[in-house]
Amino acid sequence: MDLQTLTYIVVGITFALYIGIAFWARAGTTGEFYAAGRGVHPVANGMATAADWMSAASFISMAGLIAFNGYGASVFLMGWTGGYVLLALLLAPYLRKFGKFTVPEFIGDRFYSRTARIVAVICLILASVTYVIGQMKGIGVAFSRFLQIDYDTGLFIGMGIVFVYAVMGGMKGITYTQIAQYVVLIFAYTVPAVFISLHLTGNPIPQLGIASTMAEGPATGTYMLDRLDQVVTDLGFTQYTTQVMGSKLNMFVYTLSLMIGTAGLPHVIIRFFTVPKVKDARSSAGWALVFIAILYTTAPAVGSMARLNLMNTIQTGEVGSPTGNIEIAKVPQWMLNWQKTGLLEWEDKNGDGRIQYYNEKNAEFAAKAESYGWKGNEMTKVDRDIMVLANPEIAKLPNWVIALVVAGGLAAALSTAAGLLLAISSSISHDLLKGVFMPDISEKNELMAGRFAMVGAIGLAGYFGLHPPDFAAGTVAIAFGLAASSIFPVLMMGIFNKRMNRAGAIWGMISGISVTMLYVFQHKGIMFIPGTSFLGDMGSNWFFGISPNAFGAVGAVVNFAVAIVVSKMTAPPPDHIQHLVEDIRVPKGAGAATDH
Amino acid sequence: MNKTAEQYWKANIRLVSILLVIWFICSYLFGIILVEPLNSIKIGGVGLGFWFAQNGSIYTFLVLIYVYAKRMNALDVEFDVHED
Repeated sequence: MDLQTLTYIVVGITFALYIGIAFWARAGTTGEFYAAGRGVHPVANGMATAADWMSAASFISMAGLIAFNGYGASVFLMGWTGGYVLLALLLAPYLRKFGKFTVPEFIGDRFYSRTARIVAVICLILASVTYVIGQMKGIGVAFSRFLQIDYDTGLFIGMGIVFVYAVMGGMKGITYTQIAQYVVLIFAYTVPAVFISLHLTGNPIPQLGIASTMAEGPATGTYMLDRLDQVVTDLGFTQYTTQVMGSKLNMFVYTLSLMIGTAGLPHVIIRFFTVPKVKDARSSAGWALVFIAILYTTAPAVGSMARLNLMNTIQTGEVGSPTGNIEIAKVPQWMLNWQKTGLLEWEDKNGDGRIQYYNEKNAEFAAKAESYGWKGNEMTKVDRDIMVLANPEIAKLPNWVIALVVAGGLAAALSTAAGLLLAISSSISHDLLKGVFMPDISEKNELMAGRFAMVGAIGLAGYFGLHPPDFAAGTVAIAFGLAASSIFPVLMMGIFNKRMNRAGAIWGMISGISVTMLYVFQHKGIMFIPGTSFLGDMGSNWFFGISPNAFGAVGAVVNFAVAIVVSKMTAPPPDHIQHLVEDIRVPKGAGAATDH
Repeated sequence: MNKTAEQYWKANIRLVSILLVIWFICSYLFGIILVEPLNSIKIGGVGLGFWFAQNGSIYTFLVLIYVYAKRMNALDVEFDVHED
């Protein structure tokens, strides 16, 4: 059977499954819509959280980042997992004990302030919308590439699917669908990795394969990573295992931002409202990390092995020898397939009928290359996002594996989009409508409003998916920066600092966000409009060399500092709030969710 | 806050502080600050610092959450603040 038919079948089956589950688990009450009736087992919840958390970025982009940044990409590996420790130890059990539905609801009640709740809603919506746009774009790209339809049609199909199961099922439908999506995506990620690791090192476990020796080829017996270091440095690239991202200070702050941002992203936090008990909230974060770790510990092997395979495909013999490079007439089929998409390009600059791939920016090596008769790097474009998708083809795996990877990528993007949309709709219907503007709204109408809000959010995300704004590249910085600099500090202080009051929380959030936004805007342009940045986006202008993407941690520190100073200068919170804090600190008496 | 609740909270803070120190050591200290010296120690073909940054820290995070959940559940019973 050809790849196209197989892809239709595999993707078709998985989608039928998701929609079937959504129909079976559709939500009837606001409790089920927002928090799945709090009846989700911690293991199931952990699996759903993992699918929710691992977006198209984790599934498709991360291995490519690792492949081309080597050690430097550790910031993503540590940053996107270490946040779960903060979540489990500092937030999840207490927020579950509090027993409400949304993050702004906690902030509003704890800081006895509608203003605080509205500020939190704004932060939440900004972070979630910027994040969901990226997912929508991923869905459109994945559909269009593999179903051979244009991008717009792909996006509409994706919006339709999300609409059916997120709007109908609410949290309950989403949770059960995400469990199925997790299974699909983890299977799709690990199967090719196992084959590739087995092929390169003879060890079927990728986590061990990365520390093993090469099983075949000219370097049999050398360690895989040593071989990779040698192959890349031979061509003038930076050594894989020691390549840093910016500086070590930048890596430190970047990792911290991603960790704090992870623990502050509302669509992850609301997951811990869905478990039956406080005890379950603690273990649920652990289970989520177990399921995430399966992918994240595989990723370093996928990235390094993909890089090695790529280099070996092009540099087939000795560097500098006239026959050491691949002939253009003989490039493998996968290179031709990706050339068609425009994500992989080459150009025979020196007219020798072969491709030379090397680091022409390395002056020392460029001089050497010239002596070989090379006239510049001929792999003119290697989009790092193709690594995971092209991997099964590079390793010559059967077509069903490739079809599975497509289904996995779609599962990752859809599950995250659905979780984000739910966070957005609950903050609008529950926090803005019921909490602030229409406190008397009936449960039925609130549920309806929640569904309308979700339709609106899908429409908005779809619109930005069709007309991607210039800021696509900056969305991750904003989403994590916002969550890290506004939501996490205020939640943490709400639990651990009994003296923290309304004024401290509000000013903390506002100043944390402002500092982060200002830093991002001054380097990336106001609202990301090119040409409006008042300081160039380059290393020398960065504050201590910290890149804008990594600045959320600094914003968080500002938030903490401002909040503490302001709270010391203003009146302590009223007695009933101090009792509330004492109450959420102990698990005893955590009942079902209570409404106002 | 009565006496037990206060002691429970203190025990909680102590546990969380210890775990967060380990959290910091396995990722920031071993994976970033001390990465070069640690890389001279090899396990298989991987430098220890590199391994902590890309795999080891994640395994440690898992253990930390497991220990936390286990210890806190025990503390809940010890101080009689557990659910139901």
